Amino acid sequence: MATPFEWLQLAFFFALLITLAWLLGKYMTRVFSGNRHLMLPVLGWLERITYQLTGVNPEVEQSWKAYTLNLILFNTVGFLIAFTILVSQSLLPVNPANLPDVSWHLAFNTAASFMSNTNFQSYAGETTLGYFAQMMALTVQNFVSAATGIAVLLALIRGITRKKTDKLGNFWVDITRTIVYVLLPLSIVLSVMLVGQGTIQNFKKYETIQTLQGSQQVIPMGPAASQIAIKQLGTNGGGFFNSNSSHPFENPTPFSNFIEILAILLIPVALIFTYGKMVGSARHGWILFAAMFILFVVGLGISIASEHMGNPSFRDLALMEGKETRIGITASILWSTATTAASNGSVNAMHDSLTPVSGMIALLNILLGEVVFGGVGAGLYGIFVFIILTVFIAGLMVGRTPEYLGKKVEAFEVQMAIISIIATSFAILIFSAWAVVRDTALVCLSNNGPHGLTEILYAYSSAAGNNGSAFAGLNANNVFFNVTLGIGMLIGRFGVVVPVLAIAGRMAGKKAVAYSSGTFRTDNTLFIVLLIIVILIIGGLTFFPVLSIGPIAEQLLFQNGINF
Amino acid sequence: MKTVLVSIKILLLFTVLTGILYPCIVTGIVQIFFPHKANGSLVIKDNKIVGSALIGQPFDTSIYFSSRPSATNYDPLPSGGSNYSMTNKKLINMVAARKRNFVAENSLDSLVEIPAEMLFASASGLDPHISCEAALLQVNRISKARNFNETQKQRLKQLIKNQTESSSIFWFGRERINVLLLNLELEKIK
Repeated sequence: MATPFEWLQLAFFFALLITLAWLLGKYMTRVFSGNRHLMLPVLGWLERITYQLTGVNPEVEQSWKAYTLNLILFNTVGFLIAFTILVSQSLLPVNPANLPDVSWHLAFNTAASFMSNTNFQSYAGETTLGYFAQMMALTVQNFVSAATGIAVLLALIRGITRKKTDKLGNFWVDITRTIVYVLLPLSIVLSVMLVGQGTIQNFKKYETIQTLQGSQQVIPMGPAASQIAIKQLGTNGGGFFNSNSSHPFENPTPFSNFIEILAILLIPVALIFTYGKMVGSARHGWILFAAMFILFVVGLGISIASEHMGNPSFRDLALMEGKETRIGITASILWSTATTAASNGSVNAMHDSLTPVSGMIALLNILLGEVVFGGVGAGLYGIFVFIILTVFIAGLMVGRTPEYLGKKVEAFEVQMAIISIIATSFAILIFSAWAVVRDTALVCLSNNGPHGLTEILYAYSSAAGNNGSAFAGLNANNVFFNVTLGIGMLIGRFGVVVPVLAIAGRMAGKKAVAYSSGTFRTDNTLFIVLLIIVILIIGGLTFFPVLSIGPIAEQLLFQNGINF
Repeated sequence: MKTVLVSIKILLLFTVLTGILYPCIVTGIVQIFFPHKANGSLVIKDNKIVGSALIGQPFDTSIYFSSRPSATNYDPLPSGGSNYSMTNKKLINMVAARKRNFVAENSLDSLVEIPAEMLFASASGLDPHISCEAALLQVNRISKARNFNETQKQRLKQLIKNQTESSSIFWFGRERINVLLLNLELEKIK
């Protein structure tokens, strides 16, 4: 079991996380409401110059359809530019390792992945991508995909709070403010802190050295810290290196590990408080936080217990396969829980080598819809879908038209909520089933038995949940997996974004209903319980059958020392 | 059409801002304040680069402290773990074989508990550290291979103590020792 000291360290971590997130949440409320704030005197010029150079009129607002159209066009252009850079990187500058062009299917997968805030790594950074591609294709998409998620959330908030209008805000203003005032300053601070620990940041050529024992070793270089900072803060997760944040150049010390986990959860948690304040009920924000926190801590506890339990095959050995000495088991599991809960997807330990139960918790965090904190913006508009279902079900039970924050929830909202849930589940289950019946897909596995199934299921869950972590034993760099996973990512992103924006548009047009004693309250403990139940039932009913023949079966065999 | 144009312009602007200016500004700052770390914490001995303090190296001769097992044998191109599951027979057999080897190489009693990191491969394949227990278990073998006398052996044990990176109170870090740096110091014991 984790030592009592480690439990204290965990408590310290959460206390620090909540404090920082609360402060950031307050700051973001001011930024996104267009009020005066801390960074306005410092960076206000950058926002103004953006509008001037691009001809955007920040005063003009958009209907939900125009907002959605802008978002999709912007993402399409981003996808095309990233794709073009990847397939032609040999012609581009700043590629000191002379890495060749990326294949079309890997470029499709990677561009779709970074544009949809998934950041799945079908490639190995240090042997596939030059510095130009890392910066101009990947780092840029890290920023804009995170900003896109937050923009959707802001449009949703306006849909909830505004009355009888069809305007949801200005998409360009929302992404500009997110990047200029939130993501960029935080990324600069974090990347400098990381380099202070040993993360590399340079434009040098790879260093060929002779090891002490006389063999040759090529040490990769590159502008890693700047990309790692935004990959953590923007819940992106795609690493500069193949082994992601377990690589000593990405995550050199226990302290860098600690601040990177903080960075993974910081903005998702802060946005809950921002959401509460902006919809006019800070208390509702805390209630949502409580529901997510409970799901998080229970998952974390089960995972830690499972990893420390040992098993018959390895006797009393600490299970250090796929884990780093400087990080250790408990901090690896805190990370695996945080990265899957927050839809980040970076890893500091290999998820494929986790125990069946802790691997399943990581998978479950993704399967529940990435709503336990979730991706920046995406986690909250994701849980919004579950909130709609919760108030709908509660409304059915008492026979009253459901309401949420003063807006009636009607058939249209529920239909859209269901579409978004089905879209993701469909992508996960159908693609997994297709892969499982293909012999050519099965040869890409590196483990037999139930674990092989979990590798495939995890890949599609990670893609459709826009998480990006992997049971990396699956060799996904081939036409079938690259293409189907890429499509899964797009379904998982836009299959939720569009229905949510449609709900926002519909809600903005409604008048507010007066609060009465019969209103179902969304700011008390009962609501926490109901929300958690709805999340678990939907996740459970949809995925329990496949989990039972994957990780659950594997755990039972594992306990009895049966191997493959 | 106007929207397409705005999309392209905004994206180009953010590409310049976050894809060029941001990494270059960060590089500028850190190359002033932490040039050694920003450039890979390279270790120099006799005017030659012998490695990075953060990137592990393979050590498999009896005169050096051994590193952890690595799925890539410490080749950083690319980094990676074994990705074996806990129910994979290959992993179970490998762990058993590594245990036998470690016991035999270091002439240990078969009941001695071998630290787990010496039996399992790391996530990156480049883990530069082992635990102090794992280092201490290798002292006898190295002393014998290097024909150390008792004083030199004591100095070696002292060295392990000095090279230990302490655990951290707040950040989950464990006590550990950097194998490359330890071996470099080891060579100085004459």
